[in-house]
Amino acid sequence: MSTHLSVPKTYKLFVGGAFPRSESGRVYEVTTPKGGFLANAAQASRKDARDAVVAARAAVSGWAGATAYNRGQVLYRVAEVLEGRRAQFEEEIAAQQGVSGAVARAQVDEAIDLWVWYAGWADKFAQVAGNANPVAGPYFNISVPEPTGVVAVVAPQQSALLGLVATVAPALVAGNTVVVVASEAHPLSAITLGEVLATSDLPKGVVNVLTGSPAEIAPWLASHDDVNALDLTGAGELEWIDLEIAAAQTLKRVLRPLAGADAVAPSLSRITALTETKTVWHPKSLL
Amino acid sequence: MSFLDYAPAPESTALLNLRPEYGLFIDGEFTDGHGESFATISPATEKPIARVASADASDIDRAVAAARKAYEKRWSTLSGRDRGKYLFRIARLVQERARELAVAESLDNGKPIKESRDVDVPLVAAWFFYYAGWADKLDHAGLGANPRALGVAGQVIPWNFPLLMLAWKIAPALAAGNTVVLKPAETTPLTALLFAEIVQQAGLPAGVVNIVTGAGETGRALVNHTDVNKVAFTGSTAVGREIARAVAGTGKRLTLELGGKAANIVFDDAPIDQAIEGIVNGIFFNQGHVCCAGSRLLVQESIHDEVVDRLKARLSTLRVGDPLDKNTDVGAINSAEQLERIRTLSEIGEAEGAERWSPACEFPENGFWFAPTIFTNVATSHRIAREEIFGPVLSVLTFRTPAEAIAKANNTPYGLSAGIWSEKGSRILAVADKLRAGVVWANTFNRFDPASPFGGYKESGFGREGGRHGLAAYLEGGVR
Amino acid sequence: MTIDNAVSPAQRALAVLGDDVTESALKRYLEGLPGVDATGLEQRAAALGTRSIKAASKAWALDRIIELIDLTTLEGADTPGKVRSLVAKALVPDATDGSTPRVAAVCVYGDMVPFAVEALGAAHAAGRATEPGDGLVNVAAVATAFPSGRASLAVKLADTADAVAAGADEIDMVIDRGAFLAGRYGTVFDEIVAVKEACRRADGSYAHLKVILETGELNTYDNVRRASWLSILAGGDFIKTSTGKVSPAATLPVTLLMLEVVRDWHRLTGERIGVKPAGGIRSSKDAIKYLVTVAETVGEEWLQPHLFRFGASSLLNDVLLQRQKLRSGHYSGADYVTID
Repeated sequence: MSTHLSVPKTYKLFVGGAFPRSESGRVYEVTTPKGGFLANAAQASRKDARDAVVAARAAVSGWAGATAYNRGQVLYRVAEVLEGRRAQFEEEIAAQQGVSGAVARAQVDEAIDLWVWYAGWADKFAQVAGNANPVAGPYFNISVPEPTGVVAVVAPQQSALLGLVATVAPALVAGNTVVVVASEAHPLSAITLGEVLATSDLPKGVVNVLTGSPAEIAPWLASHDDVNALDLTGAGELEWIDLEIAAAQTLKRVLRPLAGADAVAPSLSRITALTETKTVWHPKSLL
Repeated sequence: MSFLDYAPAPESTALLNLRPEYGLFIDGEFTDGHGESFATISPATEKPIARVASADASDIDRAVAAARKAYEKRWSTLSGRDRGKYLFRIARLVQERARELAVAESLDNGKPIKESRDVDVPLVAAWFFYYAGWADKLDHAGLGANPRALGVAGQVIPWNFPLLMLAWKIAPALAAGNTVVLKPAETTPLTALLFAEIVQQAGLPAGVVNIVTGAGETGRALVNHTDVNKVAFTGSTAVGREIARAVAGTGKRLTLELGGKAANIVFDDAPIDQAIEGIVNGIFFNQGHVCCAGSRLLVQESIHDEVVDRLKARLSTLRVGDPLDKNTDVGAINSAEQLERIRTLSEIGEAEGAERWSPACEFPENGFWFAPTIFTNVATSHRIAREEIFGPVLSVLTFRTPAEAIAKANNTPYGLSAGIWSEKGSRILAVADKLRAGVVWANTFNRFDPASPFGGYKESGFGREGGRHGLAAYLEGGVR
Repeated sequence: MTIDNAVSPAQRALAVLGDDVTESALKRYLEGLPGVDATGLEQRAAALGTRSIKAASKAWALDRIIELIDLTTLEGADTPGKVRSLVAKALVPDATDGSTPRVAAVCVYGDMVPFAVEALGAAHAAGRATEPGDGLVNVAAVATAFPSGRASLAVKLADTADAVAAGADEIDMVIDRGAFLAGRYGTVFDEIVAVKEACRRADGSYAHLKVILETGELNTYDNVRRASWLSILAGGDFIKTSTGKVSPAATLPVTLLMLEVVRDWHRLTGERIGVKPAGGIRSSKDAIKYLVTVAETVGEEWLQPHLFRFGASSLLNDVLLQRQKLRSGHYSGADYVTID
């Protein structure tokens, strides 16, 4: 019996539903914690960030315009495909983070469950975050949360998959599109997640994954005029105050860095923080 | 004399009992400020009304310290029910002194007395009533059980609705259990100082509400004070941006209500007479000094001429003049500085090729005045179609299809409000869905209510004021 | 299948609709009018109601209100004596003040017209054009089976012709609300045209025709707008809100809406149509709100008896009390004005 020589995967970016290399041609070495070679990941440049924002912007109207039920179905489908790929995720997590199979499995379990939890919110959060407002006059008045638009995310850096899911999934629930900068040290799961998303009915451009240096890419996203919100959950180790200052130029919504269990806990406010409350008035009369 | 001239019907200022000078209101007392005091003037006459203290950094220190002490020792130990009762008291006192507050507001701001009397002051009372009831029901605000207050809120408000903006800031902050240091605008401090008297009459514990007057430097000192937990600002996008930068990295919570350039979209099936009223109310209410003003009229091309004709006829019946006359529709521009800005942008509008029209207006000799103005032939690229003028100036643009109307309406960095006029329900709802604006008025405009959240998308700021959403700005529990 | 009934041509309808004055063309035209948003309309009316009219403006307004009143008695119990008494009040509203102007008209049932004409004597306008201050008073008669209008066309026309023959200067007709609400605009149109024809006097001149919409029964503002246009197209000289027998009668929003139609008709044709709110206007304060609404909607020139009237009875005495207050500087009382 001959032994099979494995065919390693080339990890590229995930932008606009495709898997391009970095336009810069740069890659960086992803290793195990002990320094063993795992793969060369694409090192995204500012132009890749720009392309990702363009793709994300183009996807907003379709994703935000889909019915909430449809978004929930698509997000649930992602969880199904994630489950089907769990072995690959476990293997990659174990390798990148240097953890046992059991710990890796637990992370995948948690990530899948978290994704399902968020998927279920798609057609409910507006009922919880919205209001019928009893104004003093003959008006129908209702407040509904709407997606803020394009959300740039610096994913938590410690975990390969869970932090990514904990920041990307809530942004998608309301209909935002996402440009996420993956964990610099553990980027492989992010690209594998991209493969899951690419095969899960999620319209192209709704999620765009960049790998490389958050310190290099995040400032370009923070200062990009066409980004509506900046989720700095995973940016605690960066010069995040400068990012918040840059975001002020176009009054982006900013989620400040968060670490530990809080950063990956299921949270309705993570959904609502990336929404805008729209209030609509209309007169009421029989006459 | 023509009947339409209406004999003057001035509101009496006799019930005003103003002091010649006002200090800062810190820790329950009026005290001297260490900055150089300044006069607040009536924009309709340019005559001084009173001298007002200016707070410097040391005064801000005192005010924040008083607010901190009141928060730690008194306000945070009080039950929600008792906080609510104080707010109910304030609401009642505002109602009792409504006439006086309205006169003071019109005197200091230049807005017509019928607006301060029928809109501003009643809404101020309503705002305190609404949030008073929330104080002991915060568990039901949607932020989890027993949500905590933030601490000391530093609040900076504009001159266009001086007392109403104070109510928008103070009522939810206090209901949620915070204490406040509020800075009114330099040109309109008067009603905030009368409000300080109301706070005293209500017996509010000292230091829960502090009013510090002054100019931009005073505001900056307040926003940047290290012992402030929350910053709330209403004003220009430029200043809002500066504040967002200053607050970055401090962990202070921030809400911003900034500028706007609202589209007011009129479809060919609009209820035309009400649409005309809505357009007029949208841009000439409060001299156009309204962040959510419908300053861009988007009218379907097929009815453009008719709408403009009707609008001109209607504008000719607007009465511009003495803010204290009960028949005045459009009052004085708030300041010489603002008047200059409106003039400059209007001249740019003409230079860019738009066609300018105003009804004939006779103005008093003194004071700051600007005739209601319509620009037609405005292109989306013109500055008067993009920049917030914050005055009684309407830019008229056209569209051909609903999709084009939506595209033009959203083609702005702002996103505060929008209007839709149509008799077709399905279209109204679909257009409302697609407009990137925090408040959408369909077949109405410029309606406000304490139960109704207000605030913008994009560069119009973030956070909501009013309703249950307005509480979230002053409680722990949100990510932001 | 519906068959268009060709309706009698009326000059105005021909001018606006072209040759095609059919039931379906009327329907298309009326249903194509812009809608009315009730909340916005009522808010505008309320805003107009907050005007503060003082001093000289108020004095002028009070006199003008009197000059615009159709002093009315429309009771089943009316008698010649009651009508004579009404006419006496019309001629001398306030015996203590000779400067008090006379009202525009007295408005009575058709069978009372001869007594009104007789009582007015030389003061009867008798078809002459009137001006404020000329001392002439018109006689207006309600006709067409007022107030319900439920009678055959022949009866309505006879009712009208009788009143005109007896000397009525003005006819206040009611439209067929049943036909209107059933969408039979042609029927309503034809009837107005026919009544207008019945207003013709022997010398070829016409009594003025006021068309009562009975807005309380039309119920919606869209209906009021359509009925207003329909009445004008069919030849009405005035559009009038109400009979006074149905609640609600005149309201400020309804009157504002009708004034807007009149304004739009003037924009379209250059022709001026009158408006008459009737029923429920009892105080000077309310009447002044109507004057403001007229002045700011169609212009001050409408504040003349041939373009605006109040259908009222108790309003007159309230105005007189206010006049006495203005003159004397103190408040007057009900015993200082005559009840009729």
